[in-house]
Amino acid sequence: MPPDFRKIVFGLVIFLILVTLPLWTNLLRGTAPLEDPEISTRDVPGKDRCVREAEYMKANHMDLLNEWRETVVRDGERGFVTVDGRHFDRSLDRTCMDCHNKQEVFCDRCHNALAVSPYCWDCHIGARETKDGSTALR
Amino acid sequence: MDRRLFVKLTGLGALGLAARPALDLFAAAEIPAHSPLAQRRWAMVMDLRKCQEAGDCEVCIAACHQAHNVPKMDRPDEEIKWVWKESFHHTFHDQEHPYLDEQLRHGPVLVTCNHCENPPCVRVCPTQATWKRDDGIVMMDWHRCIGCRYCIVGCPYGSRSFNWQDPRKHLAEPHKDFPTRTKGVVEKCTLCEERLTRNQLPACVEACPAGALVFGDLGDPDSPVRELLKSRYTLRRKPNLGTQPQVYYIV
Ligand code: HEC
Ligand code: HEC
Ligand code: HEC
Repeated sequence: MPPDFRKIVFGLVIFLILVTLPLWTNLLRGTAPLEDPEISTRDVPGKDRCVREAEYMKANHMDLLNEWRETVVRDGERGFVTVDGRHFDRSLDRTCMDCHNKQEVFCDRCHNALAVSPYCWDCHIGARETKDGSTALR
Repeated sequence: MDRRLFVKLTGLGALGLAARPALDLFAAAEIPAHSPLAQRRWAMVMDLRKCQEAGDCEVCIAACHQAHNVPKMDRPDEEIKWVWKESFHHTFHDQEHPYLDEQLRHGPVLVTCNHCENPPCVRVCPTQATWKRDDGIVMMDWHRCIGCRYCIVGCPYGSRSFNWQDPRKHLAEPHKDFPTRTKGVVEKCTLCEERLTRNQLPACVEACPAGALVFGDLGDPDSPVRELLKSRYTLRRKPNLGTQPQVYYIV
């Protein structure tokens, strides 16, 4: 047995406790159940369907948004036609958020649960509820 | 293969390398030389007298800044401006003389981004966040701007502003028609590119009650801007710099 055996074991135990601390705290606190995003859309034409199939949107909406912003800002093309023939402006605020007008319980709820924080809202207005209860800023 | 043949063949191969740039030269010559005037080329003509006769009118500035969520900053050195008024002396200091008409020389001049033919801001931007479109608009991509401010230094007209603070705090009512910007990015006039695609005139041109601002296509010989440039003598800002501004002033 090496002379420092006790010290080494003691150190290892401390180390293990520190490393697994997040697990313990989570167990003690209990994780929040993952809430489904609430799909409520404002009264706009074709409001019962997204701009692409829901499965695609769920997995790839960030890619679609990237594509939209490149197309609009770099190529100057704004019109977008869905496969079922609905016409939209490629716009985060004026299309996505016009339909999904309850950002807190839709985009934010999902992102918060998954620790994603898009920086888009630094500039894009979004549709968070204001103090007087209206959703849009104007 | 003996050694001599190998060396000869290698030499021949190296000649091929030298031929490549020469071929490229010929290839380049075959691309049809398209004149910038053959396609759409937006420009603006400002009639200074009409503008100055309207006195303190700032309707165009208000319209632009409202349309684009441009904040009103408290400190003048943090000002954000897309279109604004400047003294004649500052605007045309290299084309001024003491015997000019008093009213002209002491009146303000409306200035904005000149959407230069040779924009220095584009040359210095390290991320291509600003670039010149085929129709001549010097466009900004706020998503790519890293706030290095080289373009501000590059622009000889002071047409670019930097957000030293969060602009949201200085906007009474930000609206959804145009995203705001954020602390740490540069912004400037885009010639209302977003309105042009909807077949609308730039906000300042539409708002001007005196008809002092004329907007149009330089590529069309019958366009109002071409008519004015033909019939009236016009000035451009700092012409000796070679930036070729596309905002023209009737004095
Ligand atoms: C016309 C109204 C409308 C517009 C515009 C719209 N959506 Fe949707 N979106 C919906 C509806 C309704 C659903 C529910 C699923 C379905 O049946 O399509 C949905 C579903 C989604 C989902 C999947 C949610 C889930 O958990 O299933 C995401 C993500 C989403 N939208 C993001 C966006 C984004 C991003 C944009 C803009 C690019 C956008 N939506 C534009 C109506 C719209
Ligand atoms: C079903 C859950 C869900 C909903 C609802 C949802 N998102 Fe997302 N979003 C995600 C996930 C997960 C990611 C992260 C993907 C990744 O990191 O690869 C993401 C990423 C993004 C990103 C990219 C962020 C980044 O930092 O790159 C944007 C932008 C975005 N979402 C916008 C929206 C908008 C706008 C809405 C509401 C209209 C919305 N999302 C609704 C799950 C969701
Ligand atoms: C620094 C500010 C800023 C940030 C951050 C930002 N945007 Fe933008 N965005 C703009 C501006 C300004 C426009 C130009 C609007 C125009 O020309 O109509 C724009 C345009 C767009 C457009 C097309 C036009 C429109 O009305 O929506 C899309 C799509 C877009 N942005 C998506 C995003 C997404 C997704 C994010 C986050 C991942 C994001 N932007 C982050 C400022 C910003």
